[in-house]
Amino acid sequence: MANTAAHDATHDAHDHRPQGLKRWLYATNHKDIGTMYLVFACVMFFLGGAMALLIRLELFQPGMQFLDPAFYNSMTTMHALLMIFGAVMPAWTGLANWMVPLQVGAPDMALPRLNNFSFWLLPFAFTLLLLTLFVPGGAPAGGWTLYPPLSLQAGDSFPLTIFAIHLLGISSILGAINVIVTIMNMRAPGMGLLNMSLFCWTWLITAYLLILVMPVLAGAVTMLLTDYFFDTAFFTAAGGGDPVMFQHIFWFFGHPEVYILILPAFGVVSEIIPTFSRKPLFGYESMVYATASIAFLSFIVWAHHMFTVGMPLAGQLFFMLSTMLIAVPTGVKVFNWCATMWKGSISFETPMLFAIAFLFLFTLGGLSGLMLAIVPADFQYHDTYFVVAHFHYVLVPGSVFAIMAAVYYWLPKWSGRMYDEKIGKLHFWMSAIGVNVLFFPQHFLGLAGMPRRIPDYATQFADWNMVSSVGAVIFGFSQLLFVYVIWKAVRSGETAPQRPWEGAHGLEWELPTPAPYHSWDTPPPREVITKGAMH
Amino acid sequence: MANAHASTHSTDEKYYIPHESAWPIYGSATLFVLMFGLCGWLNEWYGPWIFAIGAVMLVGLFVGWFAVVIDEHQKGMYNLQVDKSFRMGMMWFIISEVMFFAAFFGALFYARHLSVPWAGGEGVKIFNNLLLWQGSYDAGWPTNGPQALGPRDDGSFETIPAFGLPAINTAILLLSGVTITIAHHALQEGNRRILNIFLAVTFLLGFFFLGLQMWEYSHAYKDLGLQLSTGIYGSTFFMLTGFHGLHVTLGAIMLVVIWFRTMKGHFTPQRHFGFEAVAWYWHFVDVVWLGLFVFVYWV
Repeated sequence: MANTAAHDATHDAHDHRPQGLKRWLYATNHKDIGTMYLVFACVMFFLGGAMALLIRLELFQPGMQFLDPAFYNSMTTMHALLMIFGAVMPAWTGLANWMVPLQVGAPDMALPRLNNFSFWLLPFAFTLLLLTLFVPGGAPAGGWTLYPPLSLQAGDSFPLTIFAIHLLGISSILGAINVIVTIMNMRAPGMGLLNMSLFCWTWLITAYLLILVMPVLAGAVTMLLTDYFFDTAFFTAAGGGDPVMFQHIFWFFGHPEVYILILPAFGVVSEIIPTFSRKPLFGYESMVYATASIAFLSFIVWAHHMFTVGMPLAGQLFFMLSTMLIAVPTGVKVFNWCATMWKGSISFETPMLFAIAFLFLFTLGGLSGLMLAIVPADFQYHDTYFVVAHFHYVLVPGSVFAIMAAVYYWLPKWSGRMYDEKIGKLHFWMSAIGVNVLFFPQHFLGLAGMPRRIPDYATQFADWNMVSSVGAVIFGFSQLLFVYVIWKAVRSGETAPQRPWEGAHGLEWELPTPAPYHSWDTPPPREVITKGAMH
Repeated sequence: MANAHASTHSTDEKYYIPHESAWPIYGSATLFVLMFGLCGWLNEWYGPWIFAIGAVMLVGLFVGWFAVVIDEHQKGMYNLQVDKSFRMGMMWFIISEVMFFAAFFGALFYARHLSVPWAGGEGVKIFNNLLLWQGSYDAGWPTNGPQALGPRDDGSFETIPAFGLPAINTAILLLSGVTITIAHHALQEGNRRILNIFLAVTFLLGFFFLGLQMWEYSHAYKDLGLQLSTGIYGSTFFMLTGFHGLHVTLGAIMLVVIWFRTMKGHFTPQRHFGFEAVAWYWHFVDVVWLGLFVFVYWV
């Protein structure tokens, strides 16, 4: 450690740190770019959240109250696109930007200018997407999955949506290339792949998924574009095409995409649970293999999203069984997290609370996923609120809780300041209660037959919809606490020590707090690596 | 201590981290103008003008950003580790391109082997044809669907036989793969004259290929009734060969740029990442073409 500190002191003299607006517009520093990603994700989270609140406002009571049905459909579509491509994916890339170079002992991301290009594509892409709200025909309203022929009935929003998706795809692919190259080429000498933190491991596998499936999405939406404007017949049965073909191509992207949203969460939780249990992670290598298995399986399960659309019996059986197989590596992970906590000296700081909530609630979402994997049962559940409850359980108390856990966990390292533990805990409890009040009743609604993506419903669904909307208000507004606690910490938090969590291991904790603008300018010495990588 | 990993690092020289650069955000803005312009053009809000501005900006982007990179390379700012980052980056970029083509090949295989036979009433799907098309759809390949979409009134169309122009095009691209390899060997042996000649031959073959492709397209449009709108066959045919042609165009432009650089004396027998990246890209469009030749034209 003395080594690093001395090293940083000698470099301060010629420490290049751009000032003002240029620092952000022309950024090449992984920490600055990571911060921009995270702030952008936060803005999109609130925008997408506002749309979700409009949806819950309309669904508070049966009957048509506030929204025009077409606008309601636009809200469900835009909410999904914003949350997936605008909030969760950029938040993960932001965390990768901040943490991967610190954790592998690299001076920066491998391709810094490309890194900034990836980031700045996002605001432009979302400008295109949000413009659709103001064009004739309104924003896309056929669902984020863009199934034809419905999506081809859009108005002027159509090309804007398609090209926004193209830009987002380019951004994700370039970001993923950067992560892979950084991890494969920039690890400090002496750091083998199996010395690496699990956050780096899960992100590495996520990056492979991104590179393999984002181009497929680009291909799918390009076919939509040519069907719309240039008379191709990919999805027109009259010309020998098939609308179901779109669903196959889309879900070949779409299923790995859901793992893109969740795998880095596994990494974060695998960092936080050992820290606050004060024990090394149980089964490090099995975690790595489980992650790789999940990623592999994600390529051969896509048609479980389309059981009701019609496919040969052999196809249904194959996709049902391969989907159920995913429960095995996921079970390995859940077991390992529990075993890590077993007989640990556990304390419940805010990151740990979020991680434990993740463990329970993500598992719950995974189990409802198993229910959906059963073909005959899926015939009943498909396109009901049960599906909505399922994927919100894995995405909100899954991915989003893990992102929040990561922010609480690493904020002291980033900013040099501690957050207010009281407000952090309040934020956690409001979120955890809110999210369950919001989404748990949707299981009941779905099992009782309430369809998704419809702005009105039969009166027997009224009670639980009202409960769900109340939960939405609790969950949504408690996120303001999140912004407040971060703002307060950065402005006036107590100074954080180098290792604010006594059980924390990893190279990032060997750096001073806040992490210097340029870190690991020269690779960390070997004994620091072995100390950091204590699994 | 001395593992394989450590040997790739040069601990005495630092990994080059560029200082702030305007090109990335300029590039993002360029793509925005390009795509916003295209949206407005397609929606008929206005003509192609904003798109054209974007295209000009795009040229500026490539010239400007690449000039910086070439300059930094010539100044020797990139050590071997940076070089390796570039290599890995290019490799994964090409893999993402492969997956883009995979989507269109997937569409071709799905239509040809699953959805078209099903629409024709194969096996247990017999009612598809009976109820939807009154049993009239004779599903085979090539097809433009039960309603025979396309430019001709009688719905007929012809396809391009594999062993005519496409076979010549195959030979041209394979030959260009050989010539670029000869150029590469010449570069490694320091034989600049052979390098310059064979690099020029490579991109000339590329442009020759494109010329023949354009001739084939115009033949298909004018004489064969084969257009983008000719049902699923026309869609897959033109989208696959069209995107391939676009990539050949890009690759050929890249080859021209590299040729200008070799003429200026850039690259050494040991360090020539720019050349190799373009060569990889050229082999990639070559391999995609082989897939096209077999699955689109031939079988």
